[in-house]
Amino acid sequence: MDFSLTDEQRMLQDTADRLVREQYTFEERQKLLDSEQGFSAEMWRQYANLGLLGVPFSEASGGFGGGGVELMLISQAFGRGLILEPYLATVVLAGGLLDAAGTEAQKAEYVERIIGGDLIASFAHSEPTSGYALSQVETRAEKQGDGYRLTGRKAVVPHGDSAEWLIVSARISGDTGAEDGIGLFLVDAAAKGVTRRGYPTIDGLRAAEIALDAVEVPGTACLGEPGQGYALIEQAVGRAIVALCAEAVGAMEVACDLTLDYLKQRKQFGVPIGKFQALQHRMVDMRIELEQARSMAILAASSLDAGREERERVLSAAKCLIGKAGRHVAEEAIQLHGGIGMTWEYSLPHYAKRLVMIDHQLGDVDFHLERFSDLMETA
Amino acid sequence: MDLHYTAEEQAFREEVRAFMRDKLPGTIAAKVAAGQRLDKDDMVNWHKALNSRGWLAQHWPEEYGGTGWSPVQRHIFEEEAAAANAPPIIPFGVNMVAPVILRFGTEEQKQYYLPRILNSDDWWCQGYSEPGSGSDLASLKTRAVRDGDDYIVNGQKTWTTLGQFADMIFCLVRTDTTVKQQEGITFLLIDMKTPGITVRPIITLDGEHEVNEVFFEDVRVPVANRVGEEGQGWTCAKYLLTFERTGIAGVGHAKEALRHLKYVAGKQLKNGRPLIEDPLFRARIANVEIDLMALEITNLRVVAAAQNGGVPGPESSMLKIKGTVVRQEITDLLRRALGPYALPFVSEALDAGSGVEPVGPDYGAALAADYFNRRKLSIYGGSNEIQKNIISKMILGL
Repeated sequence: MDFSLTDEQRMLQDTADRLVREQYTFEERQKLLDSEQGFSAEMWRQYANLGLLGVPFSEASGGFGGGGVELMLISQAFGRGLILEPYLATVVLAGGLLDAAGTEAQKAEYVERIIGGDLIASFAHSEPTSGYALSQVETRAEKQGDGYRLTGRKAVVPHGDSAEWLIVSARISGDTGAEDGIGLFLVDAAAKGVTRRGYPTIDGLRAAEIALDAVEVPGTACLGEPGQGYALIEQAVGRAIVALCAEAVGAMEVACDLTLDYLKQRKQFGVPIGKFQALQHRMVDMRIELEQARSMAILAASSLDAGREERERVLSAAKCLIGKAGRHVAEEAIQLHGGIGMTWEYSLPHYAKRLVMIDHQLGDVDFHLERFSDLMETA
Repeated sequence: MDLHYTAEEQAFREEVRAFMRDKLPGTIAAKVAAGQRLDKDDMVNWHKALNSRGWLAQHWPEEYGGTGWSPVQRHIFEEEAAAANAPPIIPFGVNMVAPVILRFGTEEQKQYYLPRILNSDDWWCQGYSEPGSGSDLASLKTRAVRDGDDYIVNGQKTWTTLGQFADMIFCLVRTDTTVKQQEGITFLLIDMKTPGITVRPIITLDGEHEVNEVFFEDVRVPVANRVGEEGQGWTCAKYLLTFERTGIAGVGHAKEALRHLKYVAGKQLKNGRPLIEDPLFRARIANVEIDLMALEITNLRVVAAAQNGGVPGPESSMLKIKGTVVRQEITDLLRRALGPYALPFVSEALDAGSGVEPVGPDYGAALAADYFNRRKLSIYGGSNEIQKNIISKMILGL
């Protein structure tokens, strides 16, 4: 049992931390919110130059073969910086699927460009009524000649507005809800029949509603075995859960630090408000939640190599606990700040928003509690 | 980073498991499993069994008979001991006064007391709390006045756990009333057979006799029984508290209690189906299990960070808080799982060999009483509110 980082991991952590600390100021971030893309193409280029976009890809795909711990370190730094770039959508989700199931030709065409920072992609999976259930795929893929014709709607696709390519999940066979029969397809976002409505999300990121109206794709657009997409989706989502958990820990660290500073500086009744025991104990509770969340992020990161059942059990436990901890820290941080915690101009509330919204991505507290409950060992 | 146990750690786990299988008497394990009362012999015999293997003194240096275990090994031992339903190690001698004697005691004190602790010759108890000094321990009033080669002690200690069995008590006493509270305290070792000492039971809300009041009336204690200098008692006390907090998370106990909860919930019925299949109750179990998973890693992170220093710092206050909350939550669910059968209170059924059958399921006899008993977890060893004060001051700098 060893919690220490290797030299390479420590260097990666330093690189990501320094980049965020030195170049990703809150003021710069806020300017990006109003830009057309909603994130910084220049930062994306820097991530590529520093190798961060290639870290999670296997060496066979031209990446660095990073595992859960590496993904955790990067995501935690990104959480501290509240970064806006499509790392989760492009690298972790779309990239993860391509890495796991792409043919040589597909990897050559897409993965290389993702790692190089030349391609924004996303995973269009959720649907207007699917909630968080991964198998609730209504979008249909009908065989047509060598290819498929896709029809359906995809909901809240992360960075779906700026993605040039989409990996779309669509049902080749079976009923909505069946794990079997889900296919994955590479779709040009500019293809005929694709309609997108992009929009900002409340945490400052971007997403899109995507309608697919008889979109025709060739057989070569199929990712992995036709109809066998579920296991791939589950794995990619598992990695994304690790990334989200670590991002939340990074955001919680900043929220706790900001709140602690505030308690020490803000004076009322002639003393810093941090002298009041009622507030001290609440601050302590926030820190305990942070440490518990950190433990779960580590456990989740370490679970990716485990067998399916163990992995999914731990991931659900982690997402559940971090959803609760994130909400706790977000709400308490705002409360302990008082009025200033309610303002747009101050950084803390934006961390709070991201923390709460992380619970709305890839399964919330209730979803993962129920799932863990199903997977829990009972003897 | 690797959260797997190493091959050596796995082998150690097997060794501990084998020891539990061979050396833990089945009668004792059965009592622990059923929540029945342990008598003094049960506890002493377990100490002796551990000592015969050299596994009693887990926090001592090896030269004095300690195990030399790493924090991870101690964690593994705790898990396996709890899983085997071993009784707890009574901490007052081996884990509390011994480290103080090792750190502050004279060579004579070490030579005399430490072997007696290992051999279970002396049963120790703790003389800290007083009726007027709970969380504010430094306000203690038990007075020790120097008279030649003796101190004369007058006052009262309380919440003295298992003091009814004790041969020795280590006490914080006030030797100087003219200086700052913390500077007027001295650490004394007192023979419980000394004239002037009276022990009276305190019966707790579960009807059990676990704690006591200890009265001191003109009790003569040789100056040779003082540990450290006069007025250095508070330093000893703080040092002891760091040991009191090791293992405070109680992860091993909590994991065993969670297994028991699943067992009970598997036996109890709701609408004719096992309670554990009820989505609401099952989710409650899942919730506490998730908290415990996180706590286990937090605990291991803290002990790993303390690997070189030996004892954890103020971070252990976090473990105390979270660990006690989790354990109390599990006892709460155990009580609730019983439904109406939480009500019957047949005290004799908790004595093995009394021949008195419990009312309701046999696994249920102790659960409600245990729930009430475990309310103490968030009070003793520095209440959870005091732990928050410690974190606030030592970690957050507020």
